[in-house]
Amino acid sequence: MKRKMKMKSMLLLTITGITLLACNTKNERTRTANTPTTDVENIKIKGSETVLPLTQKAAEVYMNSNKEASITVTGGGSGVGIASLMEGTTDIAQASRSMKFDEKQKLQDAGKEVKEVVIAYDAMAVIVHPANKVSQLTREQIEGIFTGKIKNWKELGGDDMEIIPYARETSSGTYEFFKESVLQNKNHMTGIMSMPANGAIIQSVGQTNGAIAYVGLAYLNSNVKALQVSYDQGKTFVAPSFENAKNKTYPIVRPLFYYYLGASENKVKSFVDFVLSPEGQDIVKEVGYVGLK
Amino acid sequence: MIKKISNIVIKQLLTVSGAITGIAILFISIFLFKEGIGFFNSPAVEKGYSLYVHASNPINELSSKEIKEIFDSEITNWKTVGGNDEAIKIFRIDEIFQKYSEEELGKDYQLLPEKLGEEIKSDKNIIAYIPQKYAPTLTKGIKVLHIKHLTLSDFFLGKEWLPTATPSPLFGVMPLFLGTLLVSILAIIFALPLGLGVAIYLSELANEKIRKLLKPIIELLSGIPSVVYGFFGLVVLSPLVQKTFHLSVGETALTGSLILAIMALPTIISVAEDAMRNTPRAMREASLALGATQWQTIYKVVIPYAKSGISAAVVLGIGRAIGETMAVLMVTGNAAVMPTSIFNSVRTIPATIAAELGEAPAGGTHYQALFLLGCVLFLITMVFSIIAEIISKKKNY
Repeated sequence: MKRKMKMKSMLLLTITGITLLACNTKNERTRTANTPTTDVENIKIKGSETVLPLTQKAAEVYMNSNKEASITVTGGGSGVGIASLMEGTTDIAQASRSMKFDEKQKLQDAGKEVKEVVIAYDAMAVIVHPANKVSQLTREQIEGIFTGKIKNWKELGGDDMEIIPYARETSSGTYEFFKESVLQNKNHMTGIMSMPANGAIIQSVGQTNGAIAYVGLAYLNSNVKALQVSYDQGKTFVAPSFENAKNKTYPIVRPLFYYYLGASENKVKSFVDFVLSPEGQDIVKEVGYVGLK
Repeated sequence: MIKKISNIVIKQLLTVSGAITGIAILFISIFLFKEGIGFFNSPAVEKGYSLYVHASNPINELSSKEIKEIFDSEITNWKTVGGNDEAIKIFRIDEIFQKYSEEELGKDYQLLPEKLGEEIKSDKNIIAYIPQKYAPTLTKGIKVLHIKHLTLSDFFLGKEWLPTATPSPLFGVMPLFLGTLLVSILAIIFALPLGLGVAIYLSELANEKIRKLLKPIIELLSGIPSVVYGFFGLVVLSPLVQKTFHLSVGETALTGSLILAIMALPTIISVAEDAMRNTPRAMREASLALGATQWQTIYKVVIPYAKSGISAAVVLGIGRAIGETMAVLMVTGNAAVMPTSIFNSVRTIPATIAAELGEAPAGGTHYQALFLLGCVLFLITMVFSIIAEIISKKKNY
C-alpha cells in the first residue's frame, strides 16, 4: 500500500512536471514566433487563379529584396478574393474580371472605399485543332458557334465536321470575360462541354478534331492552332500575339486587377507600386501576360 | 490502482472522442442544410435586381426561362411571350454608364434612378434589368415585372443548369443528378465482375506468396491521388475511347465510368475477399469431401456464404464512385445535358460543386444552390451507406 502511494505521488509529480515543461516551452515558442510579425505586417493576397502565378512570382522577388516583408498569396477564384476583401480576411483581392455592380454595392453599403488597379493585360486566343482548315473567324461567327447556332465547320469554310466547342467553367473569370466581350452578354449554349483549367482545354482541343475553345495567350503551344479574329465584320483579321495585344489591334484583351480597401492603402502601397514598376512589369512578361506600357 | 485509473481515463477518452466525432458530423450536416435551404427563398432573378418595362406593356409576369431567352436574343418579339407585335429592346444597367459619365450621375449615384427612369420611359418596347436600389420609383409610366420565387420543382425537375446566366439563372438539377447516377452505375457494372474475379482468385486460388504480394499492391491503388487518375484519364483513356468508338469527343460518361471503375476496384476487392476468406474451413472441407470440385465449392458454398459481404462491397464501391470529384471533373467533359447515351458528355454533382463554389459570390443564390446540391449528394450517399449496413448485417445461409 505504501509503495503504491509512493508510486502514485511520483506519477502525479512527473505529470505536473511534464505539463509545466510543456507550458513553458509552448509559451517560449509562441513568443519567438510573435516577435517578427509585430514589426512587419503580413500582406495577404487572395483571388483569381489567372493572376496567381504573376502575384506569386512578384511576391517572391519582392520578398527577396525586402527581407522584412512577408506576403501570403492564395488562389480560390476572383469571387472568393472579392468576398474575402469584404470580410477583411485579405488585404488585396486579385481578380481577372472587374468587380461586379452588386459587389461594389455591398462594399459601398458597408462604408468601405475600394481602390482598383490594373496591373497587366491578358490576351485570349481562340484555338482549334491544328489540322483544322479554318484559320480566321469574325466575332459574329464565334458568337454563333458558342451560342449553338453554327454547328458544322462546313458553314465556316472548313471540312464537313461537327463543331465541338469547349468552354471554361461557368464561374471562372475567363468564362465571364469571354461571355461579355465575344458573346456580347449572351449565354453559352446549354450543355456546352466545360473544362476546369486552361491546361485541360489545350489537352482536349489537341486530341479532338472538331474542337474550338478559348485560352489565355500564355498557354498557347504547338498542340493547338490559334485563329485570327476580326471585330469589324471581317475587314481585318488579327492574329493573337504579344505585339498585337500591346498595340491594341488584337481585340480580345482583358485587364487583370488588384482591389484593396482605401483604409489599408499604406500597408499594400509599396507592393502594388513594385508590381507596376518596370521590374514588376518584366515579371508580367515573364509569366506570359501583356505589360501595361 | 494505476490500472484502475488508466482504465477509467482510457474509457473517458474514448467516450469523448466518440462524442466529438458525432458532434462534428451533426454540425457539418446542420451547416450544409442551413446554407442549402435558403435557396428556396431566392427570387428567380439575381437578388436585389428587378425587371422593368414601359407601363403600356401588357406583360405582367415572365418565367425564368422566358427571361433567359429574351436576354439571349432567342426571343426577339413581345408577341412570343403574349404581348404586342413589337421587337424587344434589352437594357442593362451598364449601358447607362456608357451614356453618362460618373459625374453626371451625381455623388453616390443620386441621379441614377432619374436617368434610368427617363431611359425606360422613352422606349415602350424596353425591358430593363436594374438593381432595386436605383429603381426609378418616382418616374411615372414604368412598371415592375412580377418575378416568381424559385420552387422545389424548378430545382429538382429543372432540365437546365445555367447558374451564372444573367438576369435569370437556371438551377435545374436533373441533368447533374442523372449524370452522377449514370457514371456511378456504369462504373459498378465494369468494376463488379472484375473485382469479384480478383477477389475469388485471391481468396481461393492464389497461393500464400502471391496473395501476400498482390493484396498490398491492390490496396496501394486506393492511395493514388484522384487528380492523378483524372490526368491519366484525360491523356490516355479519353483519346482511346474516342478512337475505339469513332466518336467526335473523347470526354464521355463512358470515360468517366472507366476511371471510376479503376478507382472503386480496391474497395470491392478487399471487402469481398475478406468476406470470402471468412467462410469456415469446415464448410469448405465438407463440400470437397462430398466430391464437389473446387469451382463447385466456390460458387455453391463460398459465394453464398459471403453474399452479404460481397453486397456490402458493391454498395461501398458505388458510394466511392458517387462522391468522387476530381477525376470525374477532368474526364467527363462536364456538359450539363440530360444524358441520352453513354457516349454523351455528362456533368456530375461533386464536379459541379468543386468547379463552381470557388467563384460563386458568397451567400448568393448560386452559392446556396451548390450547398443544396451538397445536401442531395449527402442524402444519396447516406441511403447507400444504410443499404450497405443492412446488407452486411444480414446472414442468409
